[in-house]
Amino acid sequence: MRESHIMKIHYGTALAAIGLVAVHILMRLTQGFAESLEYESVIANYRFLPYAGLLEIILILLSIHGFNGLRVILLELKQGQTYEKAVSYGCIAAMIALIAYGSRTIFMTNMGLM
Amino acid sequence: MAQSYEIDEKKSLTSKVVTLRIARFNPEKDSDTKFMEFIVNVEKWTTVLEAILDVKQHFDHSVAVRYSCRQATCGSCGMVINGKPRLACFTKVSELQSEVVTVEPMHNFPIIRDLTVRFDRLFNTHHKVKPYLIRDDSEITSNTKEFLQSPEELEQFIQFSNCIKCGLCNSACPTMATDSSFVGPQALAQAYRYVADSRDKGKDTRLKIIDESHGIWRCHFAGSCSQVCPKGVDPAMGIQLLRGYMLGFRS
Repeated sequence: MRESHIMKIHYGTALAAIGLVAVHILMRLTQGFAESLEYESVIANYRFLPYAGLLEIILILLSIHGFNGLRVILLELKQGQTYEKAVSYGCIAAMIALIAYGSRTIFMTNMGLM
Repeated sequence: MAQSYEIDEKKSLTSKVVTLRIARFNPEKDSDTKFMEFIVNVEKWTTVLEAILDVKQHFDHSVAVRYSCRQATCGSCGMVINGKPRLACFTKVSELQSEVVTVEPMHNFPIIRDLTVRFDRLFNTHHKVKPYLIRDDSEITSNTKEFLQSPEELEQFIQFSNCIKCGLCNSACPTMATDSSFVGPQALAQAYRYVADSRDKGKDTRLKIIDESHGIWRCHFAGSCSQVCPKGVDPAMGIQLLRGYMLGFRS
């Protein structure tokens, strides 16, 4: 993939995440801070499908943006074909792993398995 | 270890004495840079290059320094003067407003000796972005006209034509310090100079060259390249305008 395409995704995910995290924060403000973190409240949020969907999208957006940012930082620290391939594929693998783990939590809770 | 010498010349009424600290390093012999100190007399119009040449003439002819035109045209005498990359021939000692003037070789360039650095990387990246007009026809073939441009079209890139390849922007760039494969502000500014030229037809080729993992996207927009340019070129702006082409804001 061309670097310009990757950076378009990078900027796009950042802009989308700003909007969705703002919605997420506004929704959290409907409750008190301590109440918002109670077990029942968290489970209820995950079981509310639109909100669970919002969290899933935020997870994907921030994972893509964050791991690409990490890739860029690591590419600047050291150069070399093997190192650069390891960094790129490593970041993709870590991104997929994080999204899979976070999605598992959201889906299992949403389906009442937790 | 610092060594100190003093010029024993007849001082004029307006002359001032400053300490000139020159970085000495020979990669074939030395393990690290040492500074030699010279007490020199300067007038208000004396440039740093003239002060260095004074030292070469009177005390130590082995100080290695590259220079040619002495009028900020050839771009040969770039060095770090009191912590900032500048042209030695274009920097007066008096404007530094300091009793001590420290000169070092440019950062982000391999040192040949003392103040002289190797320009291979700069010339390679400059060459890489194809710094010439790309088109099928030519002005020099018979029965063709010159490629005309309006003043507005010229305005798009004219400041970038002032680049003298002195390397000060690359020396000031923080990304150049960490990323040995980075194209650098000089080459990117030149890429913009030709991409923005209405006579050029090589935009896509050139944009493809700089659209790689160590290309244009690694610029952090620190802006230090534009701060140090002695010719008033603004490479940081050129890089942002190039990004505009790539993101679809410009065509």
